[in-house]
Amino acid sequence: MATMHTRSIARLMMAPSVILLLGWMLIPLSMTLYFSFLRYNLLMPGMEDWAGVFNYEYFVTDPAFVTALVNTLVLVGSVLVISVGGGLLMALLLNQPIFGQGIVRLLVIAPFFVMPTVSALVWKNMFMHPVYGLFASLAHGLGLPAIDWLSSAPLLSIILIVSWQWLPFAALILLTALQSLDEEQMEAAEMDGASAVRRFAHITLPHLARAITVVILIETIFLLSVFAEILVTTSGGPGYDSTNLSYLIYTQALLQFDVGGASAGGIIAVILANIVAIFLIRLIGKNLET
Amino acid sequence: MARTLTPKRKVAFTVLAWVLGLLIFFPILWTVLTSFKTEGEAIANPPSFLFFDWTLENYTEVQERSNYLRHVINSVVISFGSTAIGLLIAVPAAWAMAFSPTKRTKGILMWMLSTKMLPAVGVMMPIYLIFRDLGLLDTLLGLTIVMTMVNLPIMVWMLYTYFKEIPGDILEAARMDGAQLGQEILYVLAPMAVPGIASTCLLNIILAWNEAFWTLNLTAADAAPLTAFIASYSSPEGLFWAKLSAASTMAIAPILILGWFSQRQLVRGLTFGAVK
Repeated sequence: MATMHTRSIARLMMAPSVILLLGWMLIPLSMTLYFSFLRYNLLMPGMEDWAGVFNYEYFVTDPAFVTALVNTLVLVGSVLVISVGGGLLMALLLNQPIFGQGIVRLLVIAPFFVMPTVSALVWKNMFMHPVYGLFASLAHGLGLPAIDWLSSAPLLSIILIVSWQWLPFAALILLTALQSLDEEQMEAAEMDGASAVRRFAHITLPHLARAITVVILIETIFLLSVFAEILVTTSGGPGYDSTNLSYLIYTQALLQFDVGGASAGGIIAVILANIVAIFLIRLIGKNLET
Repeated sequence: MARTLTPKRKVAFTVLAWVLGLLIFFPILWTVLTSFKTEGEAIANPPSFLFFDWTLENYTEVQERSNYLRHVINSVVISFGSTAIGLLIAVPAAWAMAFSPTKRTKGILMWMLSTKMLPAVGVMMPIYLIFRDLGLLDTLLGLTIVMTMVNLPIMVWMLYTYFKEIPGDILEAARMDGAQLGQEILYVLAPMAVPGIASTCLLNIILAWNEAFWTLNLTAADAAPLTAFIASYSSPEGLFWAKLSAASTMAIAPILILGWFSQRQLVRGLTFGAVK
């Protein structure tokens, strides 16, 4: 159907998007790559100098890097388990014909729409504060000692906050996927005497497989670069206990003004994210055919 | 499975769902309640849930102390501005890809998606330096540009999946009836495309409103939207929980309501059409 004429119009219509995105991606990324090989500190202007792989060596051998990498993986892994597991349970529950289903659904998805700085501060102050927080009051009421969440269990606290934000996302996506499940197939299996567990394992779970994979991959992309939640709660501390890769690069860049080091870290973060991105893009690409 | 619940089970599931739902929602509810307390009651131990002296003074004080309205306006300008600009760029692209696809269309879509996966820290330093040199740091223009670029791939994708569902045959039919290109777009395509465009705008506004990496790193006082303004409450001097709660309630309420109205479209946008 596409003639030469419409094809060139189509190209013209796509051009702005393609050119802008290309510029947005290629220019900064190649600058980052270039900076990563320079000795470049904003506090010492005019001293830029070729540094080879020094920045990478410096960044990777810094003990903080290993801590940050481990924290990043622990954060991503734990939040995935909590949000996908909890989200799946919530979705299964919400898919039942319960009273007030629509309202419960609104309650459950609400946290996803709360901006990260608000949720982090609300949790930090009103829940996790060691003296005035609700958790402290609760512990007090039970006769237990109050815990200073953010200084004694900083990473766990951040995992809780971030899971609270992402569980609704998983629940919403999985619930949508559940609703497209073939009812007749379910009823047939039930007539044949398949137990609820078997029906879940053999019909529901396979049906949800793709949605679960999509949720895991998309969450991973976002969770790899959690930032605001750390900035306003623990600032990465105490020490480096709750510093993830994004936050470490941020401290290197905007607090120590070490452009070279931060760029090397940025490239490492890009590589890490790409490993996940490849799987996600394949999966979505496969879906595009049908 | 859903149709055959015994009444007993239905009640049990209902109770369980409500308890869990309220538990998940509780932090938001607590924030809203705290916003109506005095600072003293906000940190009272044991805390009071409903039986306190309800007051609106936090809402007025937030404005008096920090010119809250300015940050609201910044948020509105950035999220609506980036959505409008994004739409102008994305609609033609999505349109072309949906209605005259070529061999390369799929590759371009995939590549656009991949730019969304680029972690912000990977491009932070150059963007920061470029913005510094161009005088775009802490300006609404700069942040609107960034937000447009950050969300452009999602806009193109979401519009594409909507446009794709408009049947091509209908165009042929209109052409047979002698419709001109302009009429074709105005009377046949536009009514079918509007719902998709509206949902795309909604998702984009929500995402831009809540974005908190670029807003925190590229703004200081002037162009700070609500995400960055609220972060200023993290300083440990003094406890201003009631005011923090009032500022937070106002910051999240409009987006929460928008989000509640657009659940289904959000699923499509957030999963790039993989789950509908």
